[in-house]
Amino acid sequence: MASMTMAKALNTALADAMLDDDRVVVFGEDVGQLGGVFRITDGLAARFGDKRCFDTPLAEAGIVGFAVGLAMSGLRPVVEMQFDAFGYPAFEQIASHVAKLRNRTRGALTAPIVIRIPYAGGIGGVEHHCDSSEAYYAHTPGLKVVTPATVADAYSLLRSAIDDPDPVVFLEPKKLYFASAETQLPARTEPFGRAVVRHQGTDATLVAYGPAVPVALAAAEAAQAEGWNLEVVDVRTIVPFDDDTIAASVRKTGRCVVVHEAQGFAGVGAEIAARVQERCFHSLHAPVLRVAGLDIPYPAPMLEHTHLPSVDRVLDAVARLQWDDQPDERWVAA
Amino acid sequence: MTTTPRAVRRNSRPAAPPDPARPLLPASEQIRLLDPAGAPLPVHPDYPAPPVEVLVELYRRMVLGRRFDLQATALTKQGRLAVYPSARGQEACQVGAILALRDDDWVFPTYRESMALTARGIDPVEVLTLLRGDWHCGYDPAVRRTAPQCTPLATQCVHAAGLAHGEAYQGRDTVALAFLGDGATSEGDFHEGVNFAAVFKAPVVYFVQNNQYAISVPLSRQTAAPSLAYKGVGYGVPSEQVDGNDPVAVLAVLNRAVAHARAGHGPFLVEAHTYRMEPHTNADDAARYRDADEVASWQDRDPVVRLETYLRDRGALDDTTVARVAAQAEEYAADLRERMHDKPTVDPLTLFDHVYAEPTPQLVEQRAQVRAELAADQEGAG
Ligand SMILES: Cc1ncc(C[n+]2csc(CCOP(=O)(O)OP(=O)(O)O)c2C)c(N)n1
Ligand SMILES: [Mg+2]
Repeated sequence: MASMTMAKALNTALADAMLDDDRVVVFGEDVGQLGGVFRITDGLAARFGDKRCFDTPLAEAGIVGFAVGLAMSGLRPVVEMQFDAFGYPAFEQIASHVAKLRNRTRGALTAPIVIRIPYAGGIGGVEHHCDSSEAYYAHTPGLKVVTPATVADAYSLLRSAIDDPDPVVFLEPKKLYFASAETQLPARTEPFGRAVVRHQGTDATLVAYGPAVPVALAAAEAAQAEGWNLEVVDVRTIVPFDDDTIAASVRKTGRCVVVHEAQGFAGVGAEIAARVQERCFHSLHAPVLRVAGLDIPYPAPMLEHTHLPSVDRVLDAVARLQWDDQPDERWVAA
Repeated sequence: MTTTPRAVRRNSRPAAPPDPARPLLPASEQIRLLDPAGAPLPVHPDYPAPPVEVLVELYRRMVLGRRFDLQATALTKQGRLAVYPSARGQEACQVGAILALRDDDWVFPTYRESMALTARGIDPVEVLTLLRGDWHCGYDPAVRRTAPQCTPLATQCVHAAGLAHGEAYQGRDTVALAFLGDGATSEGDFHEGVNFAAVFKAPVVYFVQNNQYAISVPLSRQTAAPSLAYKGVGYGVPSEQVDGNDPVAVLAVLNRAVAHARAGHGPFLVEAHTYRMEPHTNADDAARYRDADEVASWQDRDPVVRLETYLRDRGALDDTTVARVAAQAEEYAADLRERMHDKPTVDPLTLFDHVYAEPTPQLVEQRAQVRAELAADQEGAG
């Protein structure tokens, strides 16, 4: 086994997919000669030619709409949005066409497109480079929304995304690009729709995805000193969502905290909390809590640590899970 | 310092290089091969008139198209259609575009193009499925090589570029024709589509039916350009403007545009100056933004009458043929009326069938819930 970064795993996944399937084409801004600003497409143009990996005009709606047309002609487009917030110009194409093409044509036309988006913060990025935009996509029926937290998952989930018959918004946590792990490629991990328990525990369940998974794991580690044995579940694919694995974990532990970087209001964490309560009400000893980003526009680099979920904030939430059978005093009427 | 005499300097100046924009620009006047009354104008060197038998077929499909359009508007009054955006007055464009294409070319229509789709031979009931409201698209777009009618303005312009590039990439000589309106040329996706097609030399014809209005907003609020056809030059795309109520000219110009694209020279932009005789849809009140005189002035340029006059004068059309075509049109409308008479049956459970290739567990759950509700309703009713 070799130590490998998530960036390299993603790059290898693209290359292997292009090797296995002639229909796969990769394009976007600076993805050709340069290999992308994060180098995820490094070497693809040289290896597969500039017809299969190419730069486009600088226009995100154009890139995604072009992918729709290419998919209609039988190709398998994989496009890159350079950064999370620069996917917004493409939102109309994504929400009105990519997501709906299969449905509006009753399956006669489909959009097996992968939209790769480096997302989320924690890298000291300036304005418009750190958004967590998963809720916009997850709220759009017809899209699958995937975000890896491990190097092996990065490879495997991207391969699955490219093979998938439906469009996939593939969110790559920037903060984890250059984290490495011992990984043997080609790795194949659990399929879409399966959440994975990353750390076994008995006292409470932390549900997290993408860049929040390492935070949850660090919190579980730190919690041991406080006498809590926490379970960590990695959602992996926000859509399709794995209710079963998460509900099973919460039924076992009786307590749940959802952790994500995106602002909490109307976020994916709210959906998860609702789903857990619908399924686990009689097993719960405390309300499901959320540790999310603040409800603010993503802050400037010197302030981002206040915004991002931290181990301490997760532990504070865990502490409020009514261990002594007392209701959370913040919610008790004065 | 020595100075060169003026005259010498002027003489030694090299000849100005040819203006690279010139070949891309449209003619400063609309291309026109018939006068408004239908009399032929002098032959145009770039736009030979199509063969007469093709023009007779154009006439036939325009008459059918107009009859279809009137029938569809009538169906809205009877509550059979939720809404109908008429193309009456735009028959030359709607049908001409279809005749310029091969059956295996791709069409990217908007909500305005129901008539064009019937001209393509698609069953009118399938065309009207969207507007009747039983599904978003009634025909099979893959088989008909016709994208579902597009409502988000100009978004189809980029799809056409992608499809055309994908076809060329796979060695096929397909042309894509994207319809759009004058208002849609203000949308970003029009510009992104034309630019992508130009950069990748994708074989696309962008066909703008400038019917003077975007709902109530006149052309002067969309652009300050001399004409919409001038929007091509900025993208390196050759363009032309044509009298959109001159069926012979529309077909001649589109034939050239399609040939240009098919020959691998990249996209071509055509603007047709035309007019929609009806309100934006049956639900619109056009009297609020345009006056009757204006509408009447376009009545004099009726494309169907114009083509009929021309063909009769050429001896290519006589009373018998005109009557036969009119009878065909009546038959077509009667059949449509008949088949649109009954409300279609819809099955709520199909709502879950095509969201994904495989429904998510959540959709499976919701489907079961709806199925139970339906069963309970049936029990209650039975
Ligand atoms: C993106 C978008 N914005 C607004 C609308 C609402 N809308 C539907 S048709 C229309 C006018 C379009 O005018 P034009 O492009 O000239 O086409 P026409 O209807 O005249 O054929 C508008 C504003 C829409 N469908 N899509
Ligand atoms: Mg218009």
